[in-house]
Amino acid sequence: MAAVNQVTSAEQMDSVLLEAVNLALHYEMEHDESVVVLGEDVGTNGGVFRATSGLKEKFGFKRVMDTPLAEALIAGLSVGMATQGLKPVAEIQFMGFIFPAFEHLFCHAARMRNRTRGRMSCPMVLRAPYGGGIHAPEHHSESTEALIAHTPGIRVVIPSSPARAYGLLLAAIRDPDPVVFLEPKRIYRGAKQSIINNGEALPLDTCFTLRTGTDVTLISWGACIADTLQAADALAEKGISAEVIDVATIKPLDMRTMITSVVNTGRCVIVHEAARSFAVGAEIAAQVSEKCFLNLLAPVQRVTGFDTHMPYFKNEHFYLPNSADIVAAVEKCFKEA
Amino acid sequence: MKAVNQAKVTAQGHSPLMEFSLQKIQFLDEDGNWVSERPEFATDEWLVQAYQHMVLNRVFDQKAIALQRTGQMGTYPSSLGQEAFGIAIGMGLQKDDVFVPYYRDHGAHLLRGHKLSDLLLYWGGDERGSAHGPKQDFPICVPIATQITHAAGAAAALKIQNKNQLAVVTIGDGGTSKGDFFESLNVAGAWQLPLVVLVNNNQYAISVPRDIQCGAPTLAQKAIGAGIYGVQVDGNDVLAVYQAMLEARQRADEHKGATLIEAITYRLGDHTTADDASRYRSNDEVKQAWQKEPIKRLQNALFNLGLWDGEKEKQWQNQCAQHVDEVVAEYLTLEKDTAESMFDHLYQDWPEVMNEQLDLLADKLTRMNH
Repeated sequence: MAAVNQVTSAEQMDSVLLEAVNLALHYEMEHDESVVVLGEDVGTNGGVFRATSGLKEKFGFKRVMDTPLAEALIAGLSVGMATQGLKPVAEIQFMGFIFPAFEHLFCHAARMRNRTRGRMSCPMVLRAPYGGGIHAPEHHSESTEALIAHTPGIRVVIPSSPARAYGLLLAAIRDPDPVVFLEPKRIYRGAKQSIINNGEALPLDTCFTLRTGTDVTLISWGACIADTLQAADALAEKGISAEVIDVATIKPLDMRTMITSVVNTGRCVIVHEAARSFAVGAEIAAQVSEKCFLNLLAPVQRVTGFDTHMPYFKNEHFYLPNSADIVAAVEKCFKEA
Repeated sequence: MKAVNQAKVTAQGHSPLMEFSLQKIQFLDEDGNWVSERPEFATDEWLVQAYQHMVLNRVFDQKAIALQRTGQMGTYPSSLGQEAFGIAIGMGLQKDDVFVPYYRDHGAHLLRGHKLSDLLLYWGGDERGSAHGPKQDFPICVPIATQITHAAGAAAALKIQNKNQLAVVTIGDGGTSKGDFFESLNVAGAWQLPLVVLVNNNQYAISVPRDIQCGAPTLAQKAIGAGIYGVQVDGNDVLAVYQAMLEARQRADEHKGATLIEAITYRLGDHTTADDASRYRSNDEVKQAWQKEPIKRLQNALFNLGLWDGEKEKQWQNQCAQHVDEVVAEYLTLEKDTAESMFDHLYQDWPEVMNEQLDLLADKLTRMNH
């Protein structure tokens, strides 16, 4: 793995998603003294993916804390810090290890504002790399965002490009409530994008329409956005005009943008890496059927992982949705119309 | 605790590595006799105040149980027999400390500036019960031992912000079996946190007795593995718990890190009003425990010192009863919270994308009113 570029200036730079995360952390730590970073290996090592590279050198061990290897503790410490005037940005090394942190996320971080009627709050961010496609060992490739999205009082945000990683992470840190920020590691070192390091955040609770189209609405997030855009290109060659929506904030869902698009196109295909049943795609499909059933020209289609365990990496490509799967689902929409 | 330097061979290939000892703090025995010299902090005024607080705590507790039994409040965990523990903590806390309670700390709440009617509100099923009190204090914590990690985080925040205060957390004996307890003690040692962990060892995790929860002879010794200081106190002796807190504060002030205090008490009541302790422990055992209860021994000590008498007792009991009646009236007459309140503090900034749910509630309310 190549080292992440050291951030030296607040100028424009070409960055991969991982560097954009690092850039946003640098920016916010520099401009807000209450921001602290904690997690396993985030200090001297700069994180196993190097997302926190250079932070300890710049901001010191008091604000960049290597924690003991204990995920429940990392989340619990964050709750404690967040209630006392700090803005902790904690890293869970891989999403597969996030489960011990759930009790603190669900029973405390998500509820603190409500159960104290606003006396206390938890402005914390829990970052975790998630998803498959990097030939990682067992437990390193799952997409379990729906488990978290089901919990009230929490936001779940997933970027799909370097620019959105930069802008959405800044927004997540500045948000006065807890945010789980899931980083699709398959595209950590994917396409570069020009980022202006000016501290400008992107809005939360809003979908991003990446491409407009008239025949079908493709809805996705995270690493699958790349496959979805590729599918849109292939569909264009077949004369099918696809609108592509990046959900970005998984909880709460900006259904208005999605419904408006589906009303226009009459067709909806939802793409995600997570297992098929009880997933975020199921929720979107349910709301599409509630809100614009009569505008649909074909049944809603889902392109997803299977209701199986994520295969070890030799077989993960059989599990992961790809652009051909998406094209096939769209064609089904037209056949059934 | 100290390392053993001399490499004395004790068995083939073995040599001593480390040895440790634990202290126990006690001033008053169960009859109220001094077993240690009266400490400096325990002025006449302090002793009388501690006693008065403990009596108020018990009167409140009896009333709360009566409210539950008459259907005017929800499930409630009694603090009967735990008064010395709660009151000593309340008295030992400083204004700007961060208090992170579990759910049986009514005594400490009483002294933290919480309205007692708020405690009734909380156990009466109303979120507004946690809306007041010191802004840095945590609300009551129900999921066992989770609060210790929050206290460790609060202690880390105090350290990062260069505030010379403590994070003080309470937990029952049952909670010491959980991973969060070990993870918190561990980081407190690694980071030398200004944290005080008080274990209310009241001998039962609901029905499971202390001796089958843990094989170690004391819970205080769990501090040793974490590299922090551990001490055991007679938790029915308000002076002993207070003394342990004073020493813990001094230790933190001197940057010597965290302290684990195991307070030996006995839960004289049921676990909660939903429990029936006679299913798992004998009357004889409870009768014996009553001999050691915290209020009687302090009362004896006060009588012996000439600081208290029957007339004062009668007056104070009346004052407590009157105060608690006022608190109950405040609780019972408070205007009901709105249905919409469940949305009011879900997020600071209301997500417009959730507006549909407000409409759904409005429809439901219309149906309910018809």
